[in-house]
Amino acid sequence: MHDLTLKQLSEALRAKKFSSEELTRAALARIHRFNGRLNAFITVDDQKSLAQARVADAMIGRGEGGPLTGIPVAHKDLFCAKGWRTTCGSKILGNFVAPYDAHVIEQFDRAGAVIAGKANMDEFAMGSSNENSFFGPVRNPWDASRVPGGSSGGSAAAVAARLVPAATGTDTGGSIRQPASFTGTCGLRPTYGAVSRFGMVAFASSLDQGGALARSAGDLALVMNVMGGFDARDSTSVDRPKEDYTRELSRDGARPLDGVRIGMPMEYFTSDLAADVAAPVLAAIDEMKKLGATVVKVSLPNQSLAVPVYYVIASAEASSNLSRFDGVRYGHRAPDYTDLMDMYKKSRAQGFGAEAKRRILIGTYVLSHGYYDAYYLQAQRVRRLIARDFSEAFRQCDVIAGPATPSVAFPLGEKSEDPVQMYLNDLYTISVNLAGLPGMSVPCGFGAHGMPVGLQLIGDYFSEAKMLGIAHQFQRASDWHARAPSGFGA
Amino acid sequence: MSLSHDEILRIAHLARLEVREDEVAALQQKLGAILGLIDRMRSVDTTGVEPMAHAQDLVQRLREDRVTEPDARALYQSIAPQVEAGLYLVPKVLE
Repeated sequence: MHDLTLKQLSEALRAKKFSSEELTRAALARIHRFNGRLNAFITVDDQKSLAQARVADAMIGRGEGGPLTGIPVAHKDLFCAKGWRTTCGSKILGNFVAPYDAHVIEQFDRAGAVIAGKANMDEFAMGSSNENSFFGPVRNPWDASRVPGGSSGGSAAAVAARLVPAATGTDTGGSIRQPASFTGTCGLRPTYGAVSRFGMVAFASSLDQGGALARSAGDLALVMNVMGGFDARDSTSVDRPKEDYTRELSRDGARPLDGVRIGMPMEYFTSDLAADVAAPVLAAIDEMKKLGATVVKVSLPNQSLAVPVYYVIASAEASSNLSRFDGVRYGHRAPDYTDLMDMYKKSRAQGFGAEAKRRILIGTYVLSHGYYDAYYLQAQRVRRLIARDFSEAFRQCDVIAGPATPSVAFPLGEKSEDPVQMYLNDLYTISVNLAGLPGMSVPCGFGAHGMPVGLQLIGDYFSEAKMLGIAHQFQRASDWHARAPSGFGA
Repeated sequence: MSLSHDEILRIAHLARLEVREDEVAALQQKLGAILGLIDRMRSVDTTGVEPMAHAQDLVQRLREDRVTEPDARALYQSIAPQVEAGLYLVPKVLE
């Protein structure tokens, strides 16, 4: 069962080959069996999951529901799910049981999906390795001595190890695409505004976007159909008609990518990119040429400014968003304090990990009197230059292709002492968030140490269906996405 | 690009984060490195460029001034550290 795609699982459930309760029991058994090794889940609740599975079986019995009905899905632990502990990978929310459902959770619930558990993550989505979780690091299923990437490391590991067919994630600077690349899974970060952020605990409000990880472009499209859509409770949710993300998956013929112009940014293929990552990425682009696509060289001149700009804006927004965690209404309150100020300072110092504190401090600094113009406003101006680079590039191509990461997954502990080294992991993903564009990573081969490599696709605003179609054609002509790590047996 | 001992304490106070004396040096070093990374973008000529707050050209949607939410205070306060008579309890602010 765990090797079936989402589509195959859905068909099997509908044909009554097995029930959602049986499928969910099997998934939970695998989770319990392998989570000790991977640490992909922070919270698992068999009773709650099975209760949902029984509701799904009733829906299927009545001939209701859709492709996600009865399917166990892991949710990154910053989506509030009513009655479920929702920790954001942090001690400060270690005891927080969400009193309401995020919009995304409501969507899955309406679709009859089953919550398989809450996935581990870097604290408040701040990290590129899932080593910043209060609940311990997640390990890469391909090599347990290596990181799965972050911040959606738990979600990526759960899908890669075939514990669940799909997981939600969020991507503020690459946190879906980078772990997808490191774990050989498919990840999609939609256009800013395509997925509601209501109930999705905020890190950087102008950059955060909820998305999905799965094993194929086709499966991602099915999940997006559930996740996407306007929500009036998120003031940045874009009011546009609901779309069918599967609509560009079926193109036939020997040259299904005829007419597609793929842009290759010169700035992504420099000495910053490891040769063992460049090779499979270039081979994948060649494969797409064989399918009929043409390749155009494009330039993103302000690319080298993306990481510095991001760490001003993301930190500033984080310092503001995380100021709500003060020990008053929810979350960790220090056991001892002298007065209110001391209560705030101790609760926050005890509750936040080192990376979260660093970003809060940087954010506070760049927003403070005397520095706001030189740092924050300047960063927002350079941000517009970066967004303009993409608009310019999309006049010459339909989709941009390149690496998702500068290297394959690195060993645990290798970069955790040097924040700047860690930040440079996000070199190719960050500018996409600054511009608010959609981005994907799909497996395209293996690099050093037998570790997976991802091909990143970047599209123009709201072009996810086109991007999924292109990825799907690549996956019809290759099988990288079907490879699974060994050791997670039948 | 390095922050002084006093600047670190000032920012920590603004951020309502307790920072112990023995933590300051390490913070100076790590934050200094991050600010060094950030410095690369400061010298870019952005004359005439408007700041970009986010990707979509959005205007805050308004809604009708009607009551739409139920009173869920009991539920929301069930997870609070300290409540009494419907109030969140914190140390006294005014003497």
